[in-house]
Formats: sequence, structure tokens, C-alpha cells
Amino acid sequence: MTLDKDTIAKLAARLEAAERNREPLTKITDEYPALDYEDAYAIQDTIRASKLAAGVRVTGLKAGLTSQAKMRQMNVTEPVFGFLTDQGAYPDGGEVPFDKFIAPRIEAEIALVTHTELRGPGCHLAQVLAATDFVLPAVEILDSRYRDFKFDLVSVVADNTSAAGFVAGGRPRRVNELDLPTLGLVVEKNGQVVETAAAAAVLGHPATSVAMLANNLARRGQVIPAGTFIMTGGITAAISIARGDAITVRIQELGSVSLRFA
Amino acid sequence: MDAQEITRYGDALYAAMTGRTTIAPLTTTSPDISIDDAYLISRHFLERRLAAGERLVGKKIGVTSKAVMTMLNVHQPDFGYLTDRMMYATGAEVPASSTLIAPRAEGEIAFVLKRDLRGPGVTNADVIRATEFVMPCFEIVDSRITDWKIKIADTIADNASCGVVVMGDRAVRPTDVDLSTCGIVVTLNGEIISTGAGAAALGSPVNCVTWLANTLGARGIALEAGEVILSGSLVPLQPVKPGDNMHLALGGIGQCAVRFT
Repeated sequence: MTLDKDTIAKLAARLEAAERNREPLTKITDEYPALDYEDAYAIQDTIRASKLAAGVRVTGLKAGLTSQAKMRQMNVTEPVFGFLTDQGAYPDGGEVPFDKFIAPRIEAEIALVTHTELRGPGCHLAQVLAATDFVLPAVEILDSRYRDFKFDLVSVVADNTSAAGFVAGGRPRRVNELDLPTLGLVVEKNGQVVETAAAAAVLGHPATSVAMLANNLARRGQVIPAGTFIMTGGITAAISIARGDAITVRIQELGSVSLRFA
Repeated sequence: MDAQEITRYGDALYAAMTGRTTIAPLTTTSPDISIDDAYLISRHFLERRLAAGERLVGKKIGVTSKAVMTMLNVHQPDFGYLTDRMMYATGAEVPASSTLIAPRAEGEIAFVLKRDLRGPGVTNADVIRATEFVMPCFEIVDSRITDWKIKIADTIADNASCGVVVMGDRAVRPTDVDLSTCGIVVTLNGEIISTGAGAAALGSPVNCVTWLANTLGARGIALEAGEVILSGSLVPLQPVKPGDNMHLALGGIGQCAVRFT
């Protein structure tokens, strides 16, 4: 921890304002080069508390920078975690207002919903599978509050890992019926295949990112409550979006999920 | 190209393969070479193998991914021939250092046919009907052209750069798996190096076989019952060397492993 309470509150407010006004910032480590992980998660937690106080509901948790492609793209080696809210929830097949974002990107993911609390430290893959009610396909909408997605690891953590919205849908399935790592995924933008991958691109197994999330939360004295919707992390590189783009994600055994930006 | 030149190039490629040497790109030594010339050379290359006692067991489709199409600046696939000498079973040691030149591994879905497919006019429904089952496989591509400096006519003449094939040991009916979303996970020496899905090959591996049946049909060639048809790589090419071991898993289909010595 390198920052005092006031500075953390100030940076959280700045990031919230950037989101609200769609006016991107430069990464906060430019001004606070010593900012560490703990500071960054403290800023994210402050943003979360502020949203909750304003009546926003937290609808789930997310992992980010989990795929090899993503890690290469962002030049990082470990995942980051954030939260999802009802402000960014869109229906499967629905329309997403393009103007709500600064420069949106999307990622295709496998999401899961738990039926049992997960508590770190020491949480591992098998515990995650045992606690999983079902998995389903999802699309995450990313929108950095930093100009042109130019950030480092701690800056993106402070910015709630660029979380901006999500769509879940398709065909929910029990995990014991599936070989999760080999499930294939196809992303189509305006009817053209733009990405193909398999779920193993997320840390070898998507449930691994949930175990890491539980262990990360434990360091902050938190758990993953039963009934939590968790986006396990992008399987492909993020895809840039223009107004009018239609996205369909098909996942083997899990059906499809789609959205369009109007 | 006249028949003599076609024979000469086919012989040169056969000699390069058996001698583990390479020849200069045909597109350099004969810049006017056409796609048709290249397929005739490929056919003569095959005739040499058959004359030496090899047996035709199938065909392969290449240049199915956007990345390879961009690299070769072409917008359609190509094909080559598979012989019994090229086929290995999962877990096999492929003696790369004594039989191959510059091998690269690709992960694919193999179709095994129970009926002939004779284009033109073949549809995806015909392909599914004619397919007994699909299987996981590695195609180890190799180039008899110096340093892989290939344009489309070079790779076609060189049997679509086919080296050897490693077949998995599990087969699934094509009606039991969604081939376009079917995932693939490839590891090299225990590390995941690539993942992909069936749609990486022309939108679906089924599209690839349909394309081949119609393309060969136009040349009077059928896909025959019992043949193995490699439908095109779903991941980027991975250069391999002796000592490497590779594994792939295809979602809902099975696995395949190979070691290189």
C-alpha cells in the first residue's frame, strides 16, 4: 500500500467520473508510479462501494487478462479481477447502445454460476467444479476509462479491469457433462468468423481462473458467495467494436449468445 | 508447361523427398507455371510414389485458414495426396531427422469416407452422408522447396507440402459432433501453444471436404470410400525438431500424440 485514503478516494472518483462522462484519462501510474496491487484493488473496492451506495447492484465477478492471447496483447503474466453491475447487463440477442461507451471491445467467455460459497486461500479447480451450478456462454463488453486502452496492470485493476457490460445466454450446462478445456469457440462479427479458440486458452482450464479469483479475494478478506455469476476471462484477444457491429459467439455444447451495438 | 517439363519437375520433387534435399521454387525457375501445371506435377510426383510401391489412401486439403491464404495471397484451398507410407498412429515416433526436411505440425480433423463422393454438385449434406466418422490427427507438413519459399503453385506441385500424418485412435460419427464449434487444444512439450475451433477452416471442416469433392470432380477424380480426407489445419503451423513431443485434443472427438526423433 503506497497511497493514503484520500488519494484512493480521489482516484476512484476520477475513474467513476471518466466512466460517467465518457472522458478517458491517462493511466494513473503516470501520476503515482509507485501505485501497487493493494492500492489498485483498494481503488476498485472504493468504486464498488460508491456504486452500491448509489443503488447499483453488483451482478457478478469477472477475471481478465486470462488468455495467452490477451496476456500477449497486454504484455502481462497474471490475471486481474473485477466486478459486474446491473448497469452493464444486456439481454441475449439484445441491442447495446454504442454511445454509452468510450471505445468498446468485446471478448467471448465461458461464464459459470456457483451454488456453494468459494473461499480462499487454497481454493483449487476441483472445488470450483464442485461449487458450480452450471456454465453458459457469455460476451463481456470492455471499455477502458484510460485513453486507447493504454494502461498497465495496476491501472487496469483500479479501473475495475475495464468492465463495462456483459451478455449471457445460450444453453446452460452442468460441468460434469463437459470437457471444458476442449470446448471450441467461434466469434463472428457481422457474419464473418473473426476468432476461433478453445477454452483451454484460459489458464489451461476456465475453472482455474475462478480458483485464482477466490484466492485473490481471500487476501482482501472476501469470499465468492453462493449464487455468484462469474465470467472466467476472455478466451480470445479483445475485438474492437464500431457502431452497428453485430456479434455472435458460438461455443461447443453451450449454444450461442449474440448482441449488436446500435 | 509441356509434358516433359511436368515430368521433370515431378521427378525432381520425388528425388528431393527421398534424398531429403530441396529444390528452388518452381515459381522462380518457371515463372509462367499455372495452377493446372502445378496439379499435373503433383500427380506425377504421386505416380512416382505409387510406382515405388506406395498405395493411395486419401487426400489432404490445404490453405484453408485466413492466415495461410494471406501468406500465399490466394483465396482458395489446395489439395494433395496421402499414401500408406505417410501414415502413423497416435503415440508414434516420427523419425523427422532421417525422413523429413523442415517439418511443421498442424492439428486437423480427418474424415473417413464410407461412400464415394464425386463432384461437381456435392453439398455438405452429401459429405455428412458419405462420412463414416471423423478422427483427430496431426498433419506434419514439410517442404521440398528450399526454405519453405512457396507460392501457391510451388506448394501444389509439392503435394500441398504434405509430409506425414499421425492419426488418433477415436472416431466419432459426423452427426454426433458440431464440427464448426469443435475445439482444438495443441500442446508442445507440455505447454499449450495454440487453441482453435473447426470454423477456422473455411467456416467448417465440412465446407472443406465439400470444396475438395467439387474441385476434384472438375478434374475427373472422386473421393473414394475408405479414403482419409484431411480437412485443413485449425491452428497455426508449428515448426518441430527431434525431441519435441506434441499432443492435441479435439472437443467431443478425441486426442492424438506424436514424438519426433
